[in-house]
Amino acid sequence: MRYADGSVDEERRIALIDLLDRVLSGGVVITGDITLSIAEIDLVRISLRALISSISTLSVQGIDAPVPRGVRGP
Amino acid sequence: MADTTGVWMYAVTEEILADRGTKAASGVAGERIRTVHEGGLTAVVGTVPLDGFGEAALAHNLEDMEWLEHVARAHDAVVADLSRQAPVVPLRLATVCLEDERVRELLTEHREQFSSALALVRGRTEWGVKAFADRKELTRAAAESRTEEGVSGSGTAYLQRRRAQLTAQESVERDAAARAEEIHDRLLRKAAAGRRGAPTDPALSGSHEWMLLNGTYLVDDDRADELRAEVEELGSQFPGIRLEMSGPWPPYSFAGAERISP
Repeated sequence: MRYADGSVDEERRIALIDLLDRVLSGGVVITGDITLSIAEIDLVRISLRALISSISTLSVQGIDAPVPRGVRGP
Repeated sequence: MADTTGVWMYAVTEEILADRGTKAASGVAGERIRTVHEGGLTAVVGTVPLDGFGEAALAHNLEDMEWLEHVARAHDAVVADLSRQAPVVPLRLATVCLEDERVRELLTEHREQFSSALALVRGRTEWGVKAFADRKELTRAAAESRTEEGVSGSGTAYLQRRRAQLTAQESVERDAAARAEEIHDRLLRKAAAGRRGAPTDPALSGSHEWMLLNGTYLVDDDRADELRAEVEELGSQFPGIRLEMSGPWPPYSFAGAERISP
């Protein structure tokens, strides 16, 4: 009973968040030649934005939208 | 051709990896993984097309969730594969040079940082531990323990219960913060290093649970079992708090502990 609607997709998404958290804000930061004009913090932010919009797309389509406990019932 | 390709950096190690060591995974662009050596350090890299991995393309692609997920998983697959064979320092996602010569310069320029990071992660593995609480559950438990102490007359009891609930909400916040602190401290005792991150935004996790702790720990390989046992112990010690462990991870959170830019 780890998640209310603990589907494989949801677990996978959680794991993806953990992964993005690490690969985007962890690791050694050195400046290569392809200097992203966006700062490090922005790199994380735009990626989170992408993640959020992908989640709301899923919710809109009704696929794997998280259902809070207590919503269902008589 | 040199103008149309870049060099994606995955990780740095001190080992001279045999071919066997770098051919297991293909890279973010499906490319062959190769190595660049300089002064005792080895950079593990791949040649990637700039039309997908140049500055403009990256800025655009990073906002594309499918692209980002694919690249993050591919980057991680290479780094994780390496970290099973030798101590490695992962590079942050999207570190791209134009040619190998620049990679060599970076290895020379940052030699000390790479060496000290490699010394830190040698023989150690990163593990994540998150603690979640059910706020309602904790508040109810706290309120109950308060009303039990009080009088049980009808009207008085109601008021007391109501007051207890309000006080309980505040004390739950305090208690939870203290417990998260204690959990982190006890896990640190099993670890060579550890840090607390910001809790994951519920909008992202899709979870209604309250995240008390988002910790990550660098643990001696022969103490991983101790950490796991401690996580279980802590989980059973604090009712209403659930701990979740993730890993093993390559040492993403500790390789860049001392950032190059001050």
